[in-house]
Order: sequence, then structure tokens, then C-alpha cells
Amino acid sequence: MKKMLASVVSRVLGATQKPPLRVLLTSCNYSKDATIDIKSCDLYRLEGGPASSTLLTRDDGLKYYRAMQIVRRMELKADQLYKQKFIRGFCHLCDGQEACCVGIEAAIKPTDNVITSYRAHGICYTRGLSVKSILAELTGRRGGCAKGKGGSMHMYAKHFFGGNGIVGAQGQIAEAYNMAALWKLPCVFICENNRYAMGTAVERAAASTDYYKRGNFIPGLKVNGMDVLCVREATRFAADHCRAGKGPIVMELQTYRYHGHSMSDPGVSYRTREEIQTMRSKSDPIMLLQEKMISHKLSSVEELKEIDVEVRKEIEEAAQFATTDPEPSLDELGHHLYHSNPPFDVRGANQWIKYKSIS
Amino acid sequence: MDEELERDEKVFLLGEEVAQYDGAYKVSRGLWKKYGDKRIIDTPISEMGFAGIAVGAAMAGLRPICEFMTFNFSMQAIDQVINSAAKTYYMSAGLQPVPIVFRGPNGASAGVAAQHSQCFAAWYGHCPGLKVVSPWNSEDAKGLIKSAIRDNNPVVMLENELMYGVSFELPAEAQSKDFLIPIGKAKIERQGTHITVVAHSRPVGHCLEAATVLSKEGIECEVINMRTIRPMDIDAIEASVMKTNHLVTVEGGWPQFGVGAEICARIMEGPAFNFLDAPAVRVTGADVPMPYAKILEDHSVPQVKDIIFAIKKTLNI
Repeated sequence: MKKMLASVVSRVLGATQKPPLRVLLTSCNYSKDATIDIKSCDLYRLEGGPASSTLLTRDDGLKYYRAMQIVRRMELKADQLYKQKFIRGFCHLCDGQEACCVGIEAAIKPTDNVITSYRAHGICYTRGLSVKSILAELTGRRGGCAKGKGGSMHMYAKHFFGGNGIVGAQGQIAEAYNMAALWKLPCVFICENNRYAMGTAVERAAASTDYYKRGNFIPGLKVNGMDVLCVREATRFAADHCRAGKGPIVMELQTYRYHGHSMSDPGVSYRTREEIQTMRSKSDPIMLLQEKMISHKLSSVEELKEIDVEVRKEIEEAAQFATTDPEPSLDELGHHLYHSNPPFDVRGANQWIKYKSIS
Repeated sequence: MDEELERDEKVFLLGEEVAQYDGAYKVSRGLWKKYGDKRIIDTPISEMGFAGIAVGAAMAGLRPICEFMTFNFSMQAIDQVINSAAKTYYMSAGLQPVPIVFRGPNGASAGVAAQHSQCFAAWYGHCPGLKVVSPWNSEDAKGLIKSAIRDNNPVVMLENELMYGVSFELPAEAQSKDFLIPIGKAKIERQGTHITVVAHSRPVGHCLEAATVLSKEGIECEVINMRTIRPMDIDAIEASVMKTNHLVTVEGGWPQFGVGAEICARIMEGPAFNFLDAPAVRVTGADVPMPYAKILEDHSVPQVKDIIFAIKKTLNI
């Protein structure tokens, strides 16, 4: 009834009347927080696991919604820019996996150190890089977070060690597991299991697809990676585990990527369009959060739509910047080879071409 | 590869996405369909692991072709290439050969940035026990891969992603199923009298472009396509330098301890040194990790204008 009244009033009084009316509605219609049940995790070598219900405040809900929508829109914009050839080389998009980066960040401290592989644009944002600096890095401009020198796979931030192009090494993971467990290192090993190792389904690539158990002597959690609240609770649990001095822990986030492995992979030769469509309609992380927030009266369709509009605007502005900012100057070519080094000359394509190298 | 797979049932291909995906760069397209799971094998993303498995297979008598999606990933497995493959025949005093081919794209591509653009010609060319080949055109690719597969030694074949999409006229003899290019023999792609220009892989094309431009100014370049990095055909280079008295080397890799550096050192050790009228000059990639931004990347690889500049400087023009 109140909603109907509001829409009638706003239509009659015009758009300018909206703000005061909305404030009124906010204080009347929205809850401050809600306790929400979440799917419990499969446990490995653990007595207890993350909580099966969590308190979501309205503020947090809006924050997560906004962040996921930003990552989603940013990745779709990157897709567009790639097709328009503003972005070159490799571009690995994470749309579909937004709940992972946003959920993880919600449960860790900004001073915790994070490292990941090349599908990193979402984590770059949640770790504090602006959309502008991410898109401008993708387009190779001086306003990029790595001044145009790194590109998609080599973005870094404080307490974020990238963004790395060379991955896979199961042997190296085994070594890391061993040392982390041996020395009780406070390390959360997270596997964003999106079911495909490039173009190969995990069943064809892994002797055991229970990745949360692959730490062997390290406890593990299997988490619904499409639900940002599940990811948050699991990460909280994992972080507490480490901070309590209990050693490393493995977290497998079951998630899905809508795009192919990279922009050179259409992503439909090894999976069906039906599968992708089903994930989109039943498990989309942004949709799932939206449904929870609305059903628990933490927000409304209109309010979330407004956030969508703001997000779109922010992404458009960032893309504008990313396509108009100039490329780095040629003088930059030799810089940043060494830290704390006196300046020296770097050889170019022949012995007469020199670039200055400043730390 | 198709012809060699057909010819010898001990030959097989393994690597990431080589089978059901038809190859990350479509090089192995159709092979899985034709030869099946036993001959074309998709591996997990575990270079050290599957390179080791490949070497073991070679030791046991099979003839594996181990594909690295790019040679940048071979760094994950380099111990297997060097310590398990390259050195074994020597260490065993001739008891244990390792007839394996490691192949894949090498060097710079377009916009793939620092970790995906390294050239490994110098690193692999450094190692006794390994043979290293670097094709430029289609004829090279065909003749060299067949020779590599038939060779009983570990051979590293450094292909080039940007060349995969370039078409060449294949001369009649190259169309035969037994067309082989001997490993260790360079080819003179263009005869000339004023200066010897030596290159491998994609830069060979750039050298030919430079030669065309310079020809209009009356400068005739002799362009040598190395085809093999190790064992290097230094005889061909020496013979050419003794004719032209000038030398420029061109490569995509970094300058320090590179292919050009080796050529220059060898020239000094041999008869051609006394025929040089000017110091030899190297054209190389810039001495930096590959930057991403286009303007920086363009200047980090040798361009035709850099080659022309180096040639004119050497000839004192």
C-alpha cells in the first residue's frame, strides 16, 4: 500500500519530489539488518565450520551489491573494449565470480596480503584499485595502475602481489602446502573452482576434483562461491583459524565464469550454452544477493536499480578516461628495472638507442 | 606433425589443450580426431610434471612431442629439459638417448606483456646436448619439425605465434612427405654483396623488408636465415662475411649473452674476422621486460627501421 502511494505521489509531483519521499520510505520500509541462513560448507579435517546463518546489515548489503555490480560492469566493459581493440593481448574476465572477490574482501583486513593469478580484475578492485586505474591499465595508458607497463595480468596494489601470468604448477602448490603446514603459516589457500582448467573440464584434468581436500594434511572447506555471504562467512572462519595460530587452511569456492578462459576463447566448445544460461538464471551472485536483500526488506528493487545506474555511470566515465588518457611516454621504457639504484642507461634495439633507467 | 604421426606409431603429442580443444593456437587441429587419445594427449596444467613424463617416455623408447603453450611456461619445466633430457646421453656415456621434441611459440607476441614475451633462444642455445631450431616460414616449420621428430636427440623448436597466421608459397619439393630440413644448416634467403644480415624466426622477414628498402638505394644485403640456433651454422655466416666484409645480427631476444653476441664472438675466433671492414653490430630486443603499452612494446622489439639504421651505420653511410 505504501509503495503504491509513493509511486502515485512521485508521478504526480514529478521527479524533484523524489528525494524527501525516499528518505521517508527508507526509515519506514527498510530493516537495519537481517539474519540470513546460508548453505553450510563441506568440511575436511575440521570439527566445526563457518556459521550457518549470518547477520547482514543493510549497509553491508548495499556495499556488497554495489561492489559486485561494479566488478560485473567493469568486466563487461573490458569485453567491449577488447573487441574494439583498445585492449590487447590476453584478457581473462571474472564475470560470474564476483561473489568470490567481494566476499573474501569482506572478511579480511586491508593489511592482509593477497596474491592471485591472471583472472584478477575483480580482486584488483576489491583490494583498492580504482576502476579508472584498472581500465586504463588494460588500455595501456599512463593513468593505469602499472602506468601501462603491466597490462591485464600484471596489476599490483598495496598488500596485493598481483595478478600473475604463469600458473598451474600443481607441484608448486604441493610444495607450498607442505611448507605452510610444516611451519604453521597463517595462509588461506583459496581455489576459485570454476569447473574448467582453460578449455579442459576438471574431471579430465584432476585425479580428485575435491580440491578442498587436496591439501591432504591441511584442513579444508568447500564453499558455495556464488553466494557472497557464504564466501564471507567461510573466509571469516578461515582467517580466524589462521590468526588463532592453527596453521594453513584450504578453501574451495565453487563458482562459475560466464566468459571463456580469455577473450580468445569463445567458451562454448567445451561447455554448453545451456549450462551457462542455467548458471546465469539460477545462480548469478548479484541476483542472489538482490533476492535476499529484498526478501529481508534490506532494500528495494528501485533502490538497487538506482545503484545500477550510478555504477553504469562510474564505469562509463572510467572507460572514457581509459580510452582518452595518453599512452606512457617513451622515456618510461627503461624505468623501474631496479629498486634503490642510481640511474643508468638501458640498451634499446641497437647499441645507439639508449633509455634512461630511474628506480 | 600429422605426417610423422602417420609414419611412426611411436610418435605422440602431449600438452595443454592439444587434443579436444584442437590446440591453443590450433596447431594440432584435427589430430586428436584422427589419432585419438593414445597419440594426442591433453595434460593438466602441470609443465614440470608432463615434461618429466614426456622425457621418461622418450627414455623408454617412444618419440614424444612435448608442447609448451608458450616457451615462457617451459621455465616451470626447465629442469626436465636440461637435466633430464639434454644432459642424459652424455652422462650415461652413450647408453641412454632421449629422442624428444619440445615445441611451442617463443618470444614476443602482441600485447601479452612481460611474463609471456620472453625469447628463450639464448637460454636453450647455451646448453650442450640440446639441439635448438627456430623456423621462420612455412617451409622451415615443416622441414624442421620433421627433422626434429626423426632426430634421436632432444630438440627444442622455437616457433612464433605471430607467424602461425602468415601464409607462404610452399615450393614443390617442400610438399613431399619426406621433405626434411637438416638441423644445423642455415639458408641464404637473399643474395647480396655489401653486407651480411643474420637473423632467426620472425626477424628474418623484417631483414628481407629492410633489404628491399635498401636495394633501392643501391645497397645489396645478403640475408641469412639461421634456421638452427644450436648447432649454429657458423660456416655459412663466415663464408658470407668473407664475401661482404660487414655483419649485422638481428634477434628478438635480449642483447646480453644473446644469439647475436655468440655470432660476434665466433666470428672473432675464425677466419672471417680479418675480412671485417667494420665492427659487427647487433640488433636486438630492448634490455627490459616486455612492457604492455603499445608504444613501449613497439620500441622493445627490433623494427625494420632499427635494422636499416644498423646496416647503414655499419657501412658508414
